[in-house]
Amino acid sequence: MNKYVWLIPILPLVGAAFNGILGKRAGKRAVTVVALGTVLASLLLSFATFFAMKALPDHRLTVDLGTWMATGSMNIPFGLVVDPLSGIFMLVITGIGFLIHVYSVGYMHEEEGYARFFSYMNLFVFFMLTLVLGSSLPLMFVGWEGVGLCSYLLIGYYYETDFAPDAGLKAFLTNRVGDLGVAIGMMVLFAAFGTLTVGDILVKAGHLGPEVGFGILTFATLMLFVGATGKSAQLPLYLWLPDAMAGPTPVSALIHAATMVTSGIYLICRLAPVFTLAPITMDVVAWVGAATALFAATIGLVQRDIKKVLAYSTVSQLGYMFLGLGASGFAAGFFHVFTHAWFKALLFLGAGSVIHAMHHEQDLFKMGGLRSKMPLTFWTMLAATLAIIGFPGTSGFASKDEILALAYAKSPALWVIGVVAAGCTAFYMLRLFTLAFLGKPRDHHAFEHAHESPRTMTWPLVALAVGSVVAVFLGWPKAFGGDFRIEAWLAPAVTYGQLHVAHHAEEGSQMLPLILAGISTAVGLGMAWFGYATYRNGLAVAEARAAKFPFIHKVLLNKYYVDEGVELVILGPIRWFGNLLWKLFDVIIIDGLGVNLPGALTRVFGDFTALFQTGRVRNYALSMTLGGAVLLYVFLK
Amino acid sequence: MTWLNSHPLTFLVFAPTLLGLLLLTLPQTLGKLTRLLGFLGALAIFVLSLAWLLGRAPGAPLAEHAPWFTLVGLPVDYSLAVDGLNFWLVILTTFLVPLTMLGTWNSLKDRIGTFAAMFLLLETGMLGALVAQDLFLFYLFWEGMLIPMYFMIGVWGGDERRYAANKFFLYTLSGSLLWLVALLFLAGKAGSFAPAIMAASASTLPFGVQCWLFLAFAVAFAIKVPLFPLHTWLPDAHVQAPTAGSVILAGVLLKLGGYGFIRFAIPMFPQAAMHFAKPLALLSVIAIIYGALVAMVQRDMKKLVAYSSVSHMGFVMLGLASFTVIGTQGAMLQMLNHGISTGALFLLVGMIYDRAHTRMIADFGGVATKMPIFTTFFIIVTLSSIGLPLTNGFVGEFQILNGTFLSGFAWGRAYAVIATLGVVLGAVYMLWMVKRVFWGPVNPDEDSGTQHLHSDLNAREIAVMLPLVVLILWMGIHPSTFQAVSEAPVATLLKDANAPAIRPLVLPSAPLPVPVEAAVEGHAPASAEVHP
Repeated sequence: MNKYVWLIPILPLVGAAFNGILGKRAGKRAVTVVALGTVLASLLLSFATFFAMKALPDHRLTVDLGTWMATGSMNIPFGLVVDPLSGIFMLVITGIGFLIHVYSVGYMHEEEGYARFFSYMNLFVFFMLTLVLGSSLPLMFVGWEGVGLCSYLLIGYYYETDFAPDAGLKAFLTNRVGDLGVAIGMMVLFAAFGTLTVGDILVKAGHLGPEVGFGILTFATLMLFVGATGKSAQLPLYLWLPDAMAGPTPVSALIHAATMVTSGIYLICRLAPVFTLAPITMDVVAWVGAATALFAATIGLVQRDIKKVLAYSTVSQLGYMFLGLGASGFAAGFFHVFTHAWFKALLFLGAGSVIHAMHHEQDLFKMGGLRSKMPLTFWTMLAATLAIIGFPGTSGFASKDEILALAYAKSPALWVIGVVAAGCTAFYMLRLFTLAFLGKPRDHHAFEHAHESPRTMTWPLVALAVGSVVAVFLGWPKAFGGDFRIEAWLAPAVTYGQLHVAHHAEEGSQMLPLILAGISTAVGLGMAWFGYATYRNGLAVAEARAAKFPFIHKVLLNKYYVDEGVELVILGPIRWFGNLLWKLFDVIIIDGLGVNLPGALTRVFGDFTALFQTGRVRNYALSMTLGGAVLLYVFLK
Repeated sequence: MTWLNSHPLTFLVFAPTLLGLLLLTLPQTLGKLTRLLGFLGALAIFVLSLAWLLGRAPGAPLAEHAPWFTLVGLPVDYSLAVDGLNFWLVILTTFLVPLTMLGTWNSLKDRIGTFAAMFLLLETGMLGALVAQDLFLFYLFWEGMLIPMYFMIGVWGGDERRYAANKFFLYTLSGSLLWLVALLFLAGKAGSFAPAIMAASASTLPFGVQCWLFLAFAVAFAIKVPLFPLHTWLPDAHVQAPTAGSVILAGVLLKLGGYGFIRFAIPMFPQAAMHFAKPLALLSVIAIIYGALVAMVQRDMKKLVAYSSVSHMGFVMLGLASFTVIGTQGAMLQMLNHGISTGALFLLVGMIYDRAHTRMIADFGGVATKMPIFTTFFIIVTLSSIGLPLTNGFVGEFQILNGTFLSGFAWGRAYAVIATLGVVLGAVYMLWMVKRVFWGPVNPDEDSGTQHLHSDLNAREIAVMLPLVVLILWMGIHPSTFQAVSEAPVATLLKDANAPAIRPLVLPSAPLPVPVEAAVEGHAPASAEVHP
């Protein structure tokens, strides 16, 4: 099996190259076959590899593909590692990736840039797999920056518009700010451990105890977390994700919901033992996650664009995952990555189906009553909505409950924030669902023409719906009699190389988890009903309520004015400073005073002395006489 | 043929001159034929250089040595050699010359034959400076390069060409003259122009004198790099120079500054060099950030690329100042990277300028709609310039930053962290320009540059860009091809210079019970790169 693992990332790369170079000439059919075929082959290989890995005693399959960089003490191989953590993620990427590729065939069929789109999508799969399978931090960074590039290209897919390139640029640059953290984190880890191969770092970290106070590892992990906040859209670097919705909807589903945006969580899980050694970082991760979960959820309450609601929802759910990680629940956080990948991809694709049916209408206020027109979309969206609001028995319930339980153990305040955010989530999701599918149509023209999407689009919806239901079997919480299997599965990966593995103390009453879950579920369901009740008869109730709290409504609608603040406080001053350096320092000080002034002085002096070179004999005779007189005076005095 | 076998370097260095002189004798009316002849000749020289340099037995040095003349009692030797430090720079030079000729085939209308001749004379200067092993000979080639470049800017340049050409010439010359004084002083002490003898002699001088001598060398080289604050000739020279001039200026001439440090200034005055490592590194970090910030607000694409050179070359100098194998090797690669990527950027800007006759960013917008192939190439080169992993830019910057962070000097950590900002800013100025030039709706203004773009890249232009793209990826995926030759020379050089050992971060000892052999093994590799 080892011999073929490298094909898993490389096949989509081949697809990307083919579609990028020859796609336009080869025609849509060939593009489809290559794009879907390579990802499907990759998926099948992933399954085979996954089971080969499970059969190994230490659940760790490594592949060495030669050297990338070698100089001095730096030796970075091209190596891949398949273990339960990267293995599950690999399956998610190729599996959900394939479904979204299928969906895109229908969604993008009229597009001029069909080949370009699939070329970028395949390239994304390649980079995402590199990120996940890479054996060293620099190789993971290849994927990390590479997915950022694909995100940039796909957000800016409609490049002839004004807004899409802006959104793409914003995404890339915000991520670059985060990548600064990753780069610094790597330098620190390399200086501390002498290697950047993840396995070696973990083995060495296995001999260390938790850091007291703010030490080297705290700094390194905080820097890596800065990178994670960029890629996974956490405070304060979340700004790019809502704008990223400018890309085609399948892109939002694959990159900005299911896979790329969870790579920050993946990075932390990958280095879980190192993060565990830095308690301060873990606190920061938990609090930033909780704050983001709540912050983004409140913005989601009032947005009108169906994709914007889902975007803020994603930011919020990613916050949940970090909350879980910060509470030392690496399995819990990653389990939420897994369940979220299914239901959020489904929500986006469902939204895409609606947008497609409504002829590119994204305004929730103009939808309504689509249930009868689009039954398949309706039912699958319902399944996803129930999962995300944590309806008892769904996969979202299982993963969210595990995170909240751990959050309570870390700090009850974190739990409260988490429950409030869950309430907001339930509200805006039911708001979205009600506005789109229930009630009466608000735009009759669009409604008349609405239709269920073609089979290439609905079939993936059904598959994702099945996935988001089945996902629950991987981690039904212990508090409800489950075995939270994923924890045991991931254990070989997240405790790799550790001499002493901390076990979660099973203390406290057996009742407490049930009580907590009961409260959070009640809040969720209550807010869900509240959302449904508010919007079931149209917009009147909500408008009346908004009129009562105009200030809060305006602040939320304008997303707390963060974008405007960033422009005013950061971007504007940087441009001003650049101009100052150029026009004052470069042109006036260095070039003016340092270069041209000496030049000019030389010329002036030359011109001055040239005055004496008149060429007239009588002038020379005069100066000779005067000079002679002066000399005579000096010597004879 | 036997002469050729024993004098391959002489042939490489002077064949362009012979060819150039031949072209000068051809009548102006044969301009196009002259150009073709020049290109074919340069191409043949490139092929020969590849064959000779890559084809020699591994480890066999390529060198020529003969006494030449005596200057006020000091023997000047005709001494040429190719070794690990200049190997790829020589190939880069012979590669870029024909490529640039092809890339700017129709850019000039005037005296194209003479231009090709100047270009070939310049190639001799560059190759000679790269392979010269005698300091006086090096000085001759170094100053000799100025003359053809001066004419290329001053005759075929833009509207402000005379100012730019004079500035370029005088700036460089004023630095070189101080250096010449230092050179003659030291040669007088040593009785020779051979670097090894001069270095031995320099080490016996008082430390203060060594410092002054190093500074004289350093200033001359720093102007060429150019290192902040000696960079202001560069934007003018680049903007005014014709495309071919800009490409070769960025691609090779600037490299000679960095090469001067690694070949002469550092090994000849190692103590003084390390004494000044901190100020050099500080200026490099400033150059990285400053160049990027100023590039960000430029309105002329060419000027933007010129300032980006200041930033990128700052990385080279930072790597050299780190005095670590990783950092220096990164700097060596970064010199090649910059030659390829920035050369490619200037070629691309030239291609769009040939069509639209403007380079102002505001005159464009929506170019991707008009020129998709051009856009694709531009994006790939941009990615290389902003150091995206798997392109060459990443490897160089990554090694430089890590080398600096590990550097034995106390400032290493802080400077490495600050320099990382340059990586972010690099993405800002490049992608912001890309957005304004390539994306968005086609600029609706009748007179806008985009409206004058009637054709995408032709086969010739694609043929020019393809090898550059291949190199960008090759250097990014398998940098060892280009770094292996310099690994041993760099390690030896730093060892001879007595560079401080790298400083790994020390993790607090574990409170957990640790098996003894595991702890020893755990920390051993971190200190593997220790210069004795």
